[in-house]
Amino acid sequence: MPTSPAEPLRAPYDLAVVGAGPAGLAAAVTAADAGLTVALVDAEPRPGGQYYRHPAPGLGARRPEALHHGWAAFTALETRLRQHRHAGRIRHLPGRQVWTIQQCGHTGRWTLLTTATVPPHDQADSGDQNTDEAPRESVPAHRLLLATGTYERQLPFPGWTLPGVVGAGGAQAMMKSGLVLPGRRVIVAGSGPLLLAAAASLSAAGARVPYVVEASGYLPYARRPGPLLRNPGKLTEGARHAAALARRGVRLRTRTAVVQAHGTDRVTGVTVARVDGDWRPRPGTEQHLSCDALAVGHGLIPQLELAVELGCATRTTPDGTPALVVDSFLRTSVEGVWAAGETNGVGGAQLALCEGELAARAVAAAVHGEPAPARTAAALRTRATRLRVFADLMAQVHRPGSAWPQWLRGDTEICRCEEVDAASVREAVDAFGAGDTRTVKLLTRAGMGWCQGRMCGPAVSCLASADGGAPVSVDRRPLSRPVPLAQLARHRPQEHL
Amino acid sequence: MRQTVDAVVIGAGVVGAACAYYATRAGLAVAVVDRGSPAGGTTGAGEGNLLVSDKPPGPELDLAQLSAGLWRDLAARLPEGIEYEAKGGVVVAADDAEWSALRRMAAGQAAAGVVAREVPADRLPDLEPHLAPGLAGAVHYPQDAQVQPALAASRLLHAARTSGAALHVREAVTEVLVTPAGRIDGVRTPHRELKAPVVVNAAGTWSAQIAALAGTALPVMPRKGFVLVTEPLPRVVRHKVYAAAYVADVASDSASLQTSPVVEGTPAGPVLIGSSRERTGFDSTLSTEAVRRMADSAVTLFPVLAQVSVLRAYHGFRPYLPDHLPAIGADSRVPGLHHACGHEGAGIGLAPATGLLLAQALTGQEPSLDLAPFRPDRFEPEVQHA
Repeated sequence: MPTSPAEPLRAPYDLAVVGAGPAGLAAAVTAADAGLTVALVDAEPRPGGQYYRHPAPGLGARRPEALHHGWAAFTALETRLRQHRHAGRIRHLPGRQVWTIQQCGHTGRWTLLTTATVPPHDQADSGDQNTDEAPRESVPAHRLLLATGTYERQLPFPGWTLPGVVGAGGAQAMMKSGLVLPGRRVIVAGSGPLLLAAAASLSAAGARVPYVVEASGYLPYARRPGPLLRNPGKLTEGARHAAALARRGVRLRTRTAVVQAHGTDRVTGVTVARVDGDWRPRPGTEQHLSCDALAVGHGLIPQLELAVELGCATRTTPDGTPALVVDSFLRTSVEGVWAAGETNGVGGAQLALCEGELAARAVAAAVHGEPAPARTAAALRTRATRLRVFADLMAQVHRPGSAWPQWLRGDTEICRCEEVDAASVREAVDAFGAGDTRTVKLLTRAGMGWCQGRMCGPAVSCLASADGGAPVSVDRRPLSRPVPLAQLARHRPQEHL
Repeated sequence: MRQTVDAVVIGAGVVGAACAYYATRAGLAVAVVDRGSPAGGTTGAGEGNLLVSDKPPGPELDLAQLSAGLWRDLAARLPEGIEYEAKGGVVVAADDAEWSALRRMAAGQAAAGVVAREVPADRLPDLEPHLAPGLAGAVHYPQDAQVQPALAASRLLHAARTSGAALHVREAVTEVLVTPAGRIDGVRTPHRELKAPVVVNAAGTWSAQIAALAGTALPVMPRKGFVLVTEPLPRVVRHKVYAAAYVADVASDSASLQTSPVVEGTPAGPVLIGSSRERTGFDSTLSTEAVRRMADSAVTLFPVLAQVSVLRAYHGFRPYLPDHLPAIGADSRVPGLHHACGHEGAGIGLAPATGLLLAQALTGQEPSLDLAPFRPDRFEPEVQHA
């Protein structure tokens, strides 16, 4: 690869880290601490990922930490990142997304092909004055560490496309980056630990949150106290959320689901119903609650496009979402590829930080020809394992019930991009023999639009297999994000590396 | 579970669907079996081309012309839409050498009854306003058309089922049953035994495996291709537009990567960009070099597409036979075994003619076309040498 004179680091890098959320950030600085040269590629203009999401610089937010837990841990990482960047050990490529990863011949090297997600002038200072696009578009590295995070699982219900209905994670992102509230009176609904966090942030930011509506129960946590007792931090976190919510008058309704959102131009209220263990609404329990916004989410789904295209093996976690198979040193099934954080199963920021550090140490050990990370990593491994056990418990508790599709009406939109309703999807399955997301997509266009099925995929999986508890299918997406034709045309293979 | 039918069709792609459709209409009791979903193989990965333009005079063009009429008829007859669009094809020549070769080919096609209109360079903007300047000329083929292949296959299957055909999807054929005398006796799946005197091998790119199950051989091999799909656009590409070099690529026997630009708009908005050919077995990894060349040549033909985003890329495996012609009809080596496969990149276009010819063979009617060029056992000597 032609190396431009302004290139501060020698390429190929020892390690390319994809994603600068908690896991990727921890991994990048740990690897650089160990003397590795690192490329850190991230779609966002600033590091931190979805969890440590920044207010846009122009907003002049004085206390972004008010909406975050563990902000100090993040600022410490950010400081280390800055130091490593200036020392020429980390090349930070913000505002860029990897659209595919090529393995170069038999040399075991990788080339990450990237495309800009934001105009260059909006990108934060990356310590790089080089305006030439080429070195950014093609990033060579000896090893890969995937920390690509998650996206939110949405299960449709009548009215879910009304303005004012937002993702629970999306609502948090709106607050963290834009300091904007989705409404004044916000009901938070769906399932998963994110609901409590979203409700806490929303009410801290001044919204009235009358209810958190959780389709699962919290009883299963109590039935398996082991993981909780071994993770006192989680207990405290839960208790802190619960106390904060109680103080602000937020009522938690478990085993209850929003089965319809009402409104014409905008959501004005919802119907909630009690649900059984399979999330089947109990007739006669419907109740109308008024609101001007609904923040809804049904857990998070690991973002695995790049890993799946590389051939990394996946598993199905207890909540039906796919995650990467990794060993105790966070190696994936593909030689030279490590993974950390939510890609290995949704487990939260603490686990992501821990795994990022652990994975980077494992990579450093591999680079230095050591069989395993030094003994100091033992504590990290113990901690990661403990948090992983808790993550699995959470996943089990909040797995969508198999009867949730009973919320749907025939005219409920399933695919928002292509405007495909539930009746069309069911017709493809019942009349035309479709039994998977791909065939439903071919017959109805569900999943063919801008989001490429990320939004409707989980619901379509369930409808295609006539089982609301069906696991989210692992779709192959050779292009992990849209790429302009001219850029596809420009890319040259890097076989001579 | 044991059931008895007149014919079992293996494969619920567009060719199997057409076979089931015409056989059912001819009065046969048909069961279709597929290990996956309808249109789950190459059909679902195709662009849905119904082309006469890319075929020189000969048996494949005859098949394509028969099919073109049948598709028109089906588009009117099938109750649900298959997105049939008689958009026409435009083959462009980059230079004078290509232009004269293209004109020769078009003249031959015209003699065979194809409508082929020469378009000099200065009239090209009327036909395709966004084509790059500087092309030598083009031929317009108004008979080229398109369907959405998965819809077409599933609607054909649905119509066959409405007339009594059975569909067993997500059920793999584990055994082709043969009597002690060597005649076809049906198939077995994990869920049932289907007794039938006739088995139709319409398993597309996987037809060699079915032939082997039936105790014979058919050298169908995969020829990989990629398609790029852009974001939805207003109609900037009106026809199916491709370079004259495409015809040579299709006919080539090379195993290495070949690309030639094929660009077309669709009723739903996205522009589809092809085409690539590689013989790399069933390897499904993204060939960034294929994608690069396709993107490059598409932008060369239509500079207006440069900043358009490609939303997805997908691949398919064309079922390829050594002489680039399909296998249609009875297999003399195994009485009762019929083949309808090996259509390479033209399966959508050739499906109805294949289904009709097969139904005619099964019911002892005079075939609409001579089946000799498509004899499934024509590779016998090569197979023995192999």
